[in-house]
This record gives sequence, structure tokens and C-alpha cells, in this order.
Amino acid sequence: MIRPVTIAVLAIGGQGGGVLVDWIVALAEREGWRAQSTSVPGVAQRTGATIYYVEAIEAPAGRVPVFSPMAAPGDVDIVIAAEWMEAGRAIQRGLVTPDRTTLIASTHRTLAVSEKEIPGDGLADSATVTAAARAAAKRVAAFDMAALAEQAGNVVSSVLFGALCGTGALPFPRAAFEAVIAEAGIGVQGSLRGFGLGFDAVDAPALGVKPQPPVLPPALAPLGHQAYDALLLRAAALPVGAHAMLAEGLKHVVSYQDIDYGSAYLDAVEAVVREVPVSSARDTVAEAAAKYIARAMAYDDVIRVAALKTQPSRSPRIQREMRGQVLAVTEFMHPRAEEMLGLLPQRAGIAIGRRPRLVALLDRIAGGPKRIRTDTVVGFLTLYIVAGLRGWRRKTLRHAQESARIETWLTTVRTVAGKDPALAAELLANQRLIKGYSETHARGLDKFSRVMAASERLAGRPDAAVWVRRLRDAALKDEQGSTLDAALRTVDSFLDERTAA
Amino acid sequence: MAERSFAREIQQLRLGAGAEFRGEGILAITKALLENGVGYVAGYQGAPISHLMDVLADAADILSELGVHFESSANEATAAATLATSAMYPIRGAVTFKSTAGTNVASDALSNLSSSGVVGGALIILGEDYGEGSSIMQERSHAFAMKSQLWLLDPRPNLESIVRMVEHGFALSEASSTPVMLEVRIRACHVHGSFIAKDNRPPPFSLTQARNAPVRDTGRIVLPPASFAHEKDKIARRWPAAVAYIQEHGLNEVFAGDLTEAGIILQGGMYNSVMRALMRMGLADIWGNTRVPLYVLNVTYPLVDAEIVRFCADKRAVLVVEEGQPDFIEQALSKILRQADSPTRLLGKRILPMAGEYTVAVLEDGIRGFFAAAAVEADLTPRANAAAVLDEEPVRALADVVPARPPGFCTGCPERPIFSAMKLVEKELGRHHIAADIGCHLFSILPPFNVGATTMGYGLGPASASALNGGEGKRVVSFIGDGGLWHNGLTSSIGNAVYNKSGNVTIIVDNHYSSATGGQDLLSSRAVARRRSTGHGIVQAVRGVGATWVRQIDRTYDVARMRATIREALTTPAAGPKVIVASSECMLNRQRREKPLMQAAAKAGKRVVRPRFGVDADICTGDHACMRLSGCPSLSLKHTGEKLRDDPIAVVDNSCVGCGHCGEVATAAILCPSFYRADIVENPGRMDRFLAKIRTTVIGALQRRRAARHWMPA
Repeated sequence: MIRPVTIAVLAIGGQGGGVLVDWIVALAEREGWRAQSTSVPGVAQRTGATIYYVEAIEAPAGRVPVFSPMAAPGDVDIVIAAEWMEAGRAIQRGLVTPDRTTLIASTHRTLAVSEKEIPGDGLADSATVTAAARAAAKRVAAFDMAALAEQAGNVVSSVLFGALCGTGALPFPRAAFEAVIAEAGIGVQGSLRGFGLGFDAVDAPALGVKPQPPVLPPALAPLGHQAYDALLLRAAALPVGAHAMLAEGLKHVVSYQDIDYGSAYLDAVEAVVREVPVSSARDTVAEAAAKYIARAMAYDDVIRVAALKTQPSRSPRIQREMRGQVLAVTEFMHPRAEEMLGLLPQRAGIAIGRRPRLVALLDRIAGGPKRIRTDTVVGFLTLYIVAGLRGWRRKTLRHAQESARIETWLTTVRTVAGKDPALAAELLANQRLIKGYSETHARGLDKFSRVMAASERLAGRPDAAVWVRRLRDAALKDEQGSTLDAALRTVDSFLDERTAA
Repeated sequence: MAERSFAREIQQLRLGAGAEFRGEGILAITKALLENGVGYVAGYQGAPISHLMDVLADAADILSELGVHFESSANEATAAATLATSAMYPIRGAVTFKSTAGTNVASDALSNLSSSGVVGGALIILGEDYGEGSSIMQERSHAFAMKSQLWLLDPRPNLESIVRMVEHGFALSEASSTPVMLEVRIRACHVHGSFIAKDNRPPPFSLTQARNAPVRDTGRIVLPPASFAHEKDKIARRWPAAVAYIQEHGLNEVFAGDLTEAGIILQGGMYNSVMRALMRMGLADIWGNTRVPLYVLNVTYPLVDAEIVRFCADKRAVLVVEEGQPDFIEQALSKILRQADSPTRLLGKRILPMAGEYTVAVLEDGIRGFFAAAAVEADLTPRANAAAVLDEEPVRALADVVPARPPGFCTGCPERPIFSAMKLVEKELGRHHIAADIGCHLFSILPPFNVGATTMGYGLGPASASALNGGEGKRVVSFIGDGGLWHNGLTSSIGNAVYNKSGNVTIIVDNHYSSATGGQDLLSSRAVARRRSTGHGIVQAVRGVGATWVRQIDRTYDVARMRATIREALTTPAAGPKVIVASSECMLNRQRREKPLMQAAAKAGKRVVRPRFGVDADICTGDHACMRLSGCPSLSLKHTGEKLRDDPIAVVDNSCVGCGHCGEVATAAILCPSFYRADIVENPGRMDRFLAKIRTTVIGALQRRRAARHWMPA
């Protein structure tokens, strides 16, 4: 039966899906075919998922085709998706079928709000779409077209158009595709560059092939700094499975503070590992300890923020990311009285903290929203001086608070490490709950305390580690902690049952 | 200035007889209006016919060459009332708006117009916002036709048929003294196709003639006793005249087929989908040949009884394809066949779904069901669907992965900070009842803001909070856009609140355009419009109807000020409505205006400074608090690959327009110090280079000093 070529285009509002569709229609008409395109207009096009549909056929003289206004499942020859999850959506809608569909899609991700608002890791798994594409499509041409578009200084639609040409799914010559772009007359050179990159990439390695990771030097190789190399040597005595993480952790804490702090870090890791009997679990615990103790010790305080904002590597990095000459850099900061107090010696900080009016005064003087120009000498110097308080850090109230919290946490870890190494690893990973600044940080601390409290009640059960992981995952699901509340209620219910029994 | 320019496409409106027109449905409709001697056109934008208004605005020169008057109406009621000219003068008029939202607003005028009747052809072009992509309640225009005795055209969705129905629509209107509605579905508005053009015709009776020779006829005015006569005239004269015209000119079409014992009666708008469903069953081909006889209703109201009885005469069973509910057409057909004592079985929504869009897949299921139920013998091609692949494990796994992607605020949208501020105020003062309106700002009801409890129609946000006015407890907050305000909200919402001494808070979201519908100008638009009078301040208008507590914020991105103002409005002891006018230009429009200018300036070697935001990766802790107060498309997440991290961190991508929202929120909500603004300069001046040199030297020296004191592993 004679049927038209059917093409569905799935894009996100603002991606230029309409331009691509106009090109396809112009191409077909240029080649003497008849073509129809339809789209769903309206507010859907404001950053939402949109679908366009094209049908085209070579019609004999006097014959007028009756085109369908919409894509029908099982009936689509070419599906073009301008983003990887949109490719997934096309497959879900039944538009991609193994008997006929060529799937042309960009593998880059544009995250949905639902992925971004999760406090933990809410990013959708791209590999699921890869697997589905393999199962559903007759042929797949998928690669990171956004990267190619950027390389061409153009938008993704030109690369998609090139890929469409490259697959040969439409029986038109390359010259016709390029003529259409030229005839449209807007941004022709950039579009042609993007088109060329898309065309060439179709023949590049197939979907999902990853480059081999380069061979790395041993993680704990000496750097030629006597004191630091001594620390590396100490780290090397810890389980091999943790070496890579220890190298990172050591670098992190020494950059944060100094060599002595690195030594304290290794003390803490060693103390945990010592409790674990030799087993495969020992590597897991050591790695978790190396990771999370480093993060806990390098807590985010004013000194660290100032140091990072003034470090030499920052300015070149900004220049690179901004892709242009950066004239001015303005920091958006809002120090609070709490942070100022945290910088004071422990006793002074506590004393002032007890006087609300003094705290309010401090907030008025030094707190509040601040715009600091770190490209200017004065702005830079302000943060440079704060960063210079690093030597003072160990005497501060904040340090005392953090150290106390870390010690309590690690004591619990060490207590269970001998009997239940898996639980110890999970308790270490609870550090992941503490992040953010001010209110977000406070909420994180609260979640951390609640999960730790529950884990003490769970200790001794064979599934304690599993439950702690579940609780942590729940805590990372939403901001307010309602998923955690529900999970804790479940834990309470079975713990109470046991007590009752 | 509308979002999309049709400056290039409108040249096709000048095509003469015999030339082939190629383009979109809305452009074809415009061309058809000109070919049929239309004298005036008016309308109100709204998907899916926004672009029809944009085409008309862009075609202003061509329209005035032909002596055609064009107005962007204040609302749909204004547009419909404009047709009054055709009630008294032999001038063809056309108006357009979306349906059913717009038809609701227009109903008062439409009822009066249809009672009076018309002498000049009056055409109402309805963009039917139903099914996928629709943003309104799902209702039918058909009911409006029935209640007011307006005729409803539903042409086959190809340009030729649509253009033909514009021509006949005017003639039918004149032949039956009745306004005619032309319904165009979402996809047909933007369908790309072709037709053979005719010459444009200037209106034979001009508006100047009308102005200079006014006509008055009390028999045509809706007042008793004329109004009683109108009703009878509709039945006695206008209806039969319409039916005669429809029959005589063959507006409805019959497509013959060899399976004569069955048939399908369908709305014209459903034709292409039905044909594709039949093609998938092996009962039709791509060239329009069908084995099942079809009776296509290009006119769905009124129905022509004789044609229906004739079509059904030799058939055992007939299927009605009627999208939407209630099943008005099926009910009418039942009556017609019953009264004709027809033995033909009528099947419709017993087999097809009562509600929801009739997609090709739905229709195919329905027609297959019809063949089974009516026991029609035919060799059907097996169903070519995707069920098998959808059942495979890797495909099923997508259900847990692919995120919903509803529409939302654009990058740099000035409305985003208003809702960030609202969310922050609610953190302080607790949750409030928040009434939403229609417009882009309605995206606030979605994550991450989750702000807004009701939406009751355009311009009716504050009106919808009326019952919660006064008394004890918290105040209610309502949102309304500048579009909604000028549409009717100034009286329905603000005036109403003043008059009833409401204590509630109203936030007017003023982005200088009717943005949700495509960025059309408004009374309060700040740009100078060549053909319209703009620049009329919202604050003046609101004060003019009596509001006294009015605050103007001219930079919505100032989240701290926005928050303070909302907080004040909710806590002030002042009586009466509290009105906050939050103004910043729609970023889409602003970028469209400024970007080319900046690019040109940079190209010409001029110093151009452009802001962009960034996140310091090592300061961001990956808590995503900023995401929950933003949702900006350019503010995203990425995994850094650092071994010490588990969670992705914030990143600002290249699409950032430097609006400043993320930085403002980070400080206003005290989130984190990760955000920074970089001012990127092109063609830096001598002073720039000099300052940069000094700064780099001093800063470099300080950094070297620190490196000497604090050794860091590389």
C-alpha cells in the first residue's frame, strides 16, 4: 500500500522544533513532494514537551493526499527527539516501533523541574532510555547533538537536520537539505556548520559506546612534599579498596586546612577501620570513612567560602566557562550573625550567642545581603582577609561544634563497626544529609540526627543497614522531610511491634 | 510586538487568481477573508488562533490598502459586539477568538447579534482549544450554536476546504440572516498546506458609506416586542433558508464506497483522522478513496434532515463520529432517523468514547468495534499498533524514568521572582489561600512553586476570592496578569474589590504584553506601537477605580523588595484592597528586541557588556534549595565526577540571560554563596584594559603570598 513518509518531532519549548519542521516541509516541497505539518501550539511551548508531526508523499499529477493530523502509534517512520528523555517519551507513546522507525535523537539532557527539586540525586537514568531505544527502534542515530550545536555556535535543530540527512531515512540528496537551510536565509552559516556536524556524526561509533578510561598512576603516589608524602604513606597502609578515595580525601582536607588536619583525618579513618575485622566489608567501610570523614571535616564555613572565591584557579575557570572576556565578577552573599559568631573563640561565641540583642546588632553591622566585586582590589581583599583566618579556625566556636558532632557520629560508627560493618558504612554515608547553608543546613542536620537516632534503635537487626539506607534515601527525596517522616513511621511500627511482642 | 512575526509570510496575502498559496491554516483563513470582500476584522488572541491575530496585525498595510478595518479587541465580548455593523449594513465582518473560553466571554454579544440577525455576512472564526495541547476546560462550541441559533461550520482540516467554508460561511450568513461560526481545531490552525488563490476583493459597501448613511430599524433591536419576533423568525425563516443554502451548494460532502451496507457520518474536522484510521484498516488509501461511504458534515449545525435520511436509506448501520460531549449530533440523528421511520441502526458513543480527544488510534478502535457490532463483512488489515513493543521490559521501564515536562516560566522570566517571593513570604507567615488567574503566571501552580489554589477564568483571579473577603484571620492573595486586567479584570476584580471594601491582596503581574498568547501589545505596554495607543499605566487605572493602597515594583527581580512588599500587604492595618503592581518586561520579548541590537553593536566594534550567572562548583553543596525557588531552565544540575560527592550540583548553562533571579534568591532566602554574576565585555575599552591590568597584578601578588603560606596538593 502506498503510504506517506511520517515524521514525528519531539522537542522542548524553545528548542527550535518549529524551525526544524519548517525545513523538513520545505525540503519535501522543494523535491516536488506534497507535505503537511501540524503542531500543538499554545502555552505548551513555554519550556514544556511539544510534538510536531510531518507527512510527505510524492503525489502523481491530479492526486491529492489525505494526510493525518497526528502521529499514530506504530505508524511513524522517523522520530526526531531533541532531548534524550523526549526520545523516551516518544517510545512510551508507541511512536517508535521495531518494524519501521528510525530514531534520531540527541542524548543530552535538559532536566525537568521534578528532577531538579529533589534534595538528593533525582536525575533520571539515561541508560533506561538507551535500553528502550535499542528495543523499540529499527535504527538509532543518537549522540550528544547539543554539544555539536555548541561547537557549531548554533542550535540543536540544525544538528538534528544534519543527522536526518545522514541516516538516509529521507530519499533526498544532501545538497537539497543544505539548499533549504540557505533558502531560509536566517543564520545560514551557523546552521550549515551544525548540519555538517550532525551529518558526519551519524557514522560515528554507535550508541552507548564509551571511551576506555585512561590508565591512571597509582592513587597514593608521592608528590614530592615531605610531610604530605608521609601522610600518603600512612594512607597506603589502609585497605587497598579505599586508596583512591583516601587520595581525594587527603587532598581535600589538606587544601582545606593544613598538613596537621590531614593527619587528624587519617587518625579518624584509621580509628574506624581498626574496628572492622579483616573481610571484604573492610574495604567498603574504609572507603566510606575516607569519603565522608573528609567531607565532614571540610565543613562549609565563611573561611572556606572566602578561600574558594579567592583562589588563583577561579578566575581562569570563570573566563573559560563564560566564554568571553569577563569584566566584573559580583558575588551574591548573605552572611548572618550565626556565621560571625562561629568565627569567634568558643567561649566568646557562646557568650554573645546567649544575648539576642547583641546578636541582632552583629547581624545589623556585619550581616545582610552583600554584593562583593571580587575582580576589584577592595572586594578581593575583603574576602582574602577572611580566607586568611584559616590559621585561627581551630579555635573557633564553629570548629568546636563541628568537631563535637563528628566525634559523636564516629563514636556511633566505631561502636557498630565490629559487629555490623555494613551498618557502619551506611552510618558514615549519612554525612550526605548535611549540606547547604543556613536554614537548609539546619534542616539537613535535623534529618541527620533523626536518621542517626533511628539507626541506634535499628542496630542489632540483620536488616539495620538496609533500613538506614532506606531512611537516608527517603530523607533526600524532599525538602520538608515528609518522605522521611513516613519511612520513620514504618520503622517505628515494626520496632514497636517487636517491643510489644 | 508579537512573539512571532509573519512579515515574510503575509506577502502571500497578495497572491492573485490562479496562484498557489502555501502556508499555515491561519494565514489561509486571512487570505480567504480578503478574497471574500470582508469589510472589517476584529478579535482577541488566544491559542490556537493567536497567530491569526498576529497575521492580521502584520498585514495591517495590506488590509488598509483594501479598505479593511482591523481591531485588536479588548476582549472577546468586544470582538463579538463589533459584528453589530453587519447587523445593520451590508458589510461582511469577521471576528476571531479561542473557544470555548472566548465564546463564553463573547456570549452576551453573540446572543444579541443572533437575535437581531444580520444583513452583511458575519463570520466568527473559533480556534477550538480541545484535546492535546489545550490549556482550558474541555467543552464544545456546539452548545453555543444550539442555544443562540448560530450556524456552525466544521470544515475538513485542509486549506482548500477551510478556504471554501470561509467563502460559503459569508454567503450562508447572508442567505439566512444569521451569524456563522467557523470552527478550526488546534492542529488545523497550524496545518501547513496549499490551495489555489483568487483575487482579493475590496468590500463592495464601505464602512465610510455606512458612517455617512446611518440605518436604524427598531425591528432589529433586541427589545420587546421585536425580540419575540426574532425568535420566531429564527425558526420560520432563517433556519429553512440556511438548510436550503447548505443543500443547494453541497456544503456537506458524501464520499461513496463499495461497502454500501454501512456508513460513517462525521464532523468535517474529523475527516483526516477517520481516513487515516480507515487506511490503517485497509479500507481507504492515501488519495482519499474509501470503501466505507462517508457523509462529512462540514456544517454541524444545523443538520440537513433530508441528506441524512438519504445517506442512511440503504444502510444497515451507520456510525457517528462526533468528538466531545454531550453527543448533540447523535441525539439529533436519532430523532431524525426515528421520525423518518428509518430502520438503519445508529451507533456512536456506545462504541466510541463519550469524552476525550478522538485520536487516530481511538477512531480505529471505534470503527473496528462498529464493524463488529454491525456485522459488516470486510477484510480488515490487522491492527498495526505498538502494543507489542510497549509491553517489552526495557520500554515498560521508561514509566519510572521519563519525567513529566509541563510548561513553565521561560529563562529569565520576570514572573519567577514574584513567586519565589510569595513562597518565601509563606515560609514566614504560613500558607494563605491564593487565587490564580489565566496567563503565564498560572505556571506558579506547578512545581517548584506550588502556589495557587483556584483559577476561575481570565481576569477573574481576585474576583474568585470575593467570598473570602473580610472577616477574621489571614488575608487572601490573588494574582492577575496585565492581560487579564485589561480583558475585564479592572472592573470584575479590582473595581469589585474596591466597591465591596475587600481587604484582600491582589498582585498584578505586569510583563508589558499579553505574553501567554504570544506577546501581543496591551493598553499598558511600554513600547510605542505604531497603530495602537499604549503606555497607559496600570497604577493610574487601579487608582482610578478607587484603590488607595497601591505599590508599584518596577524590577520584579528584586526578590527581597518583592517579599517585603507582599509581607507588608498581608500585615498592614490599612483597610481596602491591597494592590501590588509587579512590573518587568517579558524576557522573551525583551531578548527578541535587545539581542539583535547587542549583536550588531558588538559586530560594529562597540563596547557591549552582557551579564551572565555562574555557580562555584566547590561552594555548591548539592542541596538544590535554589532549584526549589527557581525552576529556571538555565539553572540545572550536573554530576561533577568528583569522588567525594554523591549528589549533582547546580550549574548555570549558556542559555542564561543574566536576569539575576538566582543570585537574588540566594541572598534573599539566605541559601548559599555559590552564585556569582560575571559581566562579559566585548570590545573592551582602554579603561577596561587598564583597570584589569592593575587588578590582576595586585590580586596575583596576594594569591602568590597565600600560596607561599598554605601548601596545597596539586
